[in-house]
Amino acid sequence: MINNTDAVRVIDSNREDAVVVPTMNAGNHRFGLPSVTTNQNLDLPISGAMGKASNVGLGIALAQPGRKVFVLDGDGSLLMNLGALVTTSTKAPKNFYHFLFNNGVYAVTGGQPIPGSEGVTNWEEVARGAGYAAVFSFDNLEDFTTGISDALAAEGPVFIHLAVEPEIENTPVQFRTRASRTAQQAYQEVTAALAGDN
Amino acid sequence: MTTEVYESVLHPQSLVAELKKNNVSHVVWLPDSETNFLYNMMMEEPTLDLIPVCREGETMAVAAGLWVGGANPVVLIQNTGVFEAGDSIRGLCLDLNQPLVMLVGYRGWTRRGPTPDSAGRFIEHILHAWGINYYLVETDDDADRISIAFDESVRLNRPVAVLIGTEFGV
Ligand SMILES: Cc1ncc(C[n+]2csc(CCOP(=O)(O)OP(=O)(O)O)c2C)c(N)n1
Repeated sequence: MINNTDAVRVIDSNREDAVVVPTMNAGNHRFGLPSVTTNQNLDLPISGAMGKASNVGLGIALAQPGRKVFVLDGDGSLLMNLGALVTTSTKAPKNFYHFLFNNGVYAVTGGQPIPGSEGVTNWEEVARGAGYAAVFSFDNLEDFTTGISDALAAEGPVFIHLAVEPEIENTPVQFRTRASRTAQQAYQEVTAALAGDN
Repeated sequence: MTTEVYESVLHPQSLVAELKKNNVSHVVWLPDSETNFLYNMMMEEPTLDLIPVCREGETMAVAAGLWVGGANPVVLIQNTGVFEAGDSIRGLCLDLNQPLVMLVGYRGWTRRGPTPDSAGRFIEHILHAWGINYYLVETDDDADRISIAFDESVRLNRPVAVLIGTEFGV
């Protein structure tokens, strides 16, 4: 299994000018993107509206066809909005890369197992069946580090399944490290950074 | 009397004209019995890109991404879909100060007499609770209220709803 922060670091180091839309642990201050990002101007963490990060990423990808969009999704989040896979494959943006952080649990809320996590659901088949153009899967850092370039060279929508370690958050919410920017600031900054590009 | 009924039709052309006037680029939508004629017209309109979704909560999120990317989307759903989309409206439209016009089919709206359909009974209360302003459009004469909604959403950086109170006529 891949450590959460390591996975985000590998993705970030391959981003070039991609917009990154992370959610849950992948977008958290301690575990995810803000601690390793090299281009915060193009990071749009989604914390409200659980399950909707991939929809936001789809909108950006459709408005900005010349630029890659990376969505860093949680498995519980994707389950909450599974139809989004079909919404995405219907519009089939070639610049859309959907990373699924499969840790088998709702880590942010204390590590409760998600439905289907005990070997019941096969995410690669779910994505393929939904109509993604290409599906990749990695369960160790070495393979992911070397394999990510193939995934990013494939035409989207691409689904990249990552088996990641559960990093469970049990600190009461009011004591957790706050993100350096509010969601609203991030929304405004990314909009400004992309202005004139579409 | 007959004339009055005839004149009170809302044609899909009026709505499409409003979308074009306001430079709408994408319509993120899920079908609604009240909007099918409109769908057929939008499909034929080259300046509009339709994005079908599987549930209404997706519409605001796709629209948020489109907006971030520099496009000018609207959402087209039924009032039932507003109930379905509650957390997206809260966590995206309202929390992000997203300028967005939501065209909402007003299922259950009767104007006169009782409103047995709870979709009709609750929708205005829900919009009030969220502080989302709305305009009722029932006939072609009301269609320019859609432009008012666009102006307001951009000026105040807020979602604004347009309740479509009649089925489209042909
Ligand atoms: C609509 C809604 N229901 C429940 C929650 C509570 N909640 C916050 S984070 C979370 C878990 C997210 O799980 P996952 O997407 O798998 O990401 P992980 O925490 O494992 O990184 C839940 C259930 C919420 N924020 N919104």
